Amino acid sequence: MRLNYRIILLVLAMGLTKSSLAALNVFACEPEWASLAETLGGDRVKVVSATTAYQDPHRIEARPSLIAKVRRADLLVCSGAELEIGWLPMLQRQAGNPKVLRGQPGYFEAADQIERLGIPDSLDRSMGDIHASGNPHVHLDPRRLSTIATALSDRLANLDPTNADYYRKRHDEFSQSWEEALQRWKTRALPLVGARLVVHHQDWEYFFDWLGIIRAGSLEPKPGLPVSSGHIVKLKKRLQQEPPLAIIYTAYQSPRAAKRLSQITGIPAVELPYTVGGAEGVVDLFTLFDETLKRLLEVIP
Amino acid sequence: MFLRLSLASAVSLALTTNAIAVDSFNPEISLILDGRYSAFDNESEYELPGFMLGGEAGRGEEGLHLGHNELAISANVDDLFYGKLTTAIADHEGETEVELEEAFIETQALGNGLSIRAGRFFSAIGYLNQQHGHAWDFVDAPLIYRGLFGEQLIDDGVQIGWVAPTDIYLQVGGELLRGERFPAGGASNDGKGASTLFAKIGGDIGVSHAWQLGLSHWRADVENRTSGGHAHEGEAEEVPTFSGDSRVSGIDFVWKWAPRGNASERNFKLQGEYFIRDEDGDVIMDDGSASPEATTYDGEQKGWYLQAVYQFMPRWRVGLRYDWLEADNKGSDEEVLAEAGLDDEGHTPERVTLMADYSHSEYSRLRLQYAKDDSYEESDDILTLQFVMSLGPHGAHKF
Repeated sequence: MRLNYRIILLVLAMGLTKSSLAALNVFACEPEWASLAETLGGDRVKVVSATTAYQDPHRIEARPSLIAKVRRADLLVCSGAELEIGWLPMLQRQAGNPKVLRGQPGYFEAADQIERLGIPDSLDRSMGDIHASGNPHVHLDPRRLSTIATALSDRLANLDPTNADYYRKRHDEFSQSWEEALQRWKTRALPLVGARLVVHHQDWEYFFDWLGIIRAGSLEPKPGLPVSSGHIVKLKKRLQQEPPLAIIYTAYQSPRAAKRLSQITGIPAVELPYTVGGAEGVVDLFTLFDETLKRLLEVIP
Repeated sequence: MFLRLSLASAVSLALTTNAIAVDSFNPEISLILDGRYSAFDNESEYELPGFMLGGEAGRGEEGLHLGHNELAISANVDDLFYGKLTTAIADHEGETEVELEEAFIETQALGNGLSIRAGRFFSAIGYLNQQHGHAWDFVDAPLIYRGLFGEQLIDDGVQIGWVAPTDIYLQVGGELLRGERFPAGGASNDGKGASTLFAKIGGDIGVSHAWQLGLSHWRADVENRTSGGHAHEGEAEEVPTFSGDSRVSGIDFVWKWAPRGNASERNFKLQGEYFIRDEDGDVIMDDGSASPEATTYDGEQKGWYLQAVYQFMPRWRVGLRYDWLEADNKGSDEEVLAEAGLDDEGHTPERVTLMADYSHSEYSRLRLQYAKDDSYEESDDILTLQFVMSLGPHGAHKF
């Protein structure tokens, strides 16, 4: 009897040891969070990204392959602020995995960790597809990203306490190089301060907030509505008085509207990577900001 | 060692953050508005030879009319349950009827891929059956849904589903149903007269393609399933009534394509389903008398549809659908079978449907549809103009 008891304890201990060595399965909604989770989690996490830089994170199908991935996830890392409202809740409801439901430790929303911009005073669909909790494209401000990284590292340590020291060490390393990069970027970006840019969709608000860039207009007539030629003509008229530096669009947006406006106004159109994988050489969050700044600085006359 | 570990993890769970963004609406209330204009070429009464029609089956109303207006309320009940209620508000012959379309709870915290749903819900049979009318790509249901389920199979009961912890998506499940509503009829076997088994498998091929394949089976002890009755001059109304055993087996697939998986500019969807139904029992022409006309009935009805929808630029989509049905019904009295609408009249129903729709935003859709409908002998040309608008928070749609 006594022997049995010890065997049970031994089996339990083995089970626990095994599970503490097994990598955490991380399901990242967007590539920027996949990259951050990989950087902070190292070889203790196994990360999959639900989307690529060429996919519009607002419009993703709740595909069977994604349900299968959420089913096995220990942690979801998503932008939040309703960016994924059209697909993530369906994945969560269908996967039967309570660990990653909202409010659980296995559910991490980046937008929840920082002060958000663009929280609307009133909700009315005639203003377009606006998010009640504010603008969700939070990763494009490296200062906020730093706060999110700290919170995510803590979350990894909470979920996987045996590796807590490992996660802290990796976070310290990341944090140090990030602070250095931030100083470097800030200096490099000085010529962009106060610049005016036309965007495709309002996914650059946090980037602009960081550098003091002004949004001169949007190719979308209302947030989330497809571009129309009538709106482009109106925009052209409005931009004549004070021409902006450039028209920017991302890898997941069609370049057609930006190029057309560029053609009729002479304002350069610039494709920016927006997230990790959005351009050649953009392999992590560091190269994302390097490349974005490089492309914007190139159009300064 | 064990104690220390479990304490540590308990503390860590308690420490986890944080203020969760509040839903702007709790519960979520969403409203679907659906209005139509239809023009028919053929004035004779709709029928589908070889199929006993029931439920809401039919080609709909002519002229200006309202479609399927829906009010849905849903929310997490607590950390364990989710709940949803959908009412369909429709006019039937000048009277406004409120129909309870869905009223169910669903578990969310059972874990291990398991979930249980209870209440009234769309059965998991087939692919299209679980989609609400407003999410359909055409104005109406495929003919086989009309012929077998009276547009859609809704029932009261319990559903259990399990998602396997595998790389490829695999879901299996079953339902135990009351079986009172068409096409079961009668709530036989103490109100648990129907049941379903289903399996779905799916995945991606590369980054641009996604697919799903489903198998399903439904069976019911049918007690007095009625179908649209008619009166002969000077005689009492006769209502075709079936009792016996009914089984439906189906296979469904859907394949979606979008360049690099980005559906916002262009995307394509191909979907098809095949169902076969076997029925065995008796049909009577119920006229209220003690000895109505009767026949034995051994029926086989099958059919399929294939549809393709292509979004060729933002806002605009076009679609093509083909329907085909066949019935082979036998009985001791062919005349009674024919009176019950179970004679296929040597006709195999077919339909070709074309549609084009425009969505100003993802909440509003205008649709034009043309169908060449050979449901019965006399061909019909049906033209429909429809709006479908959704108000309130947009729920995520299933694949």
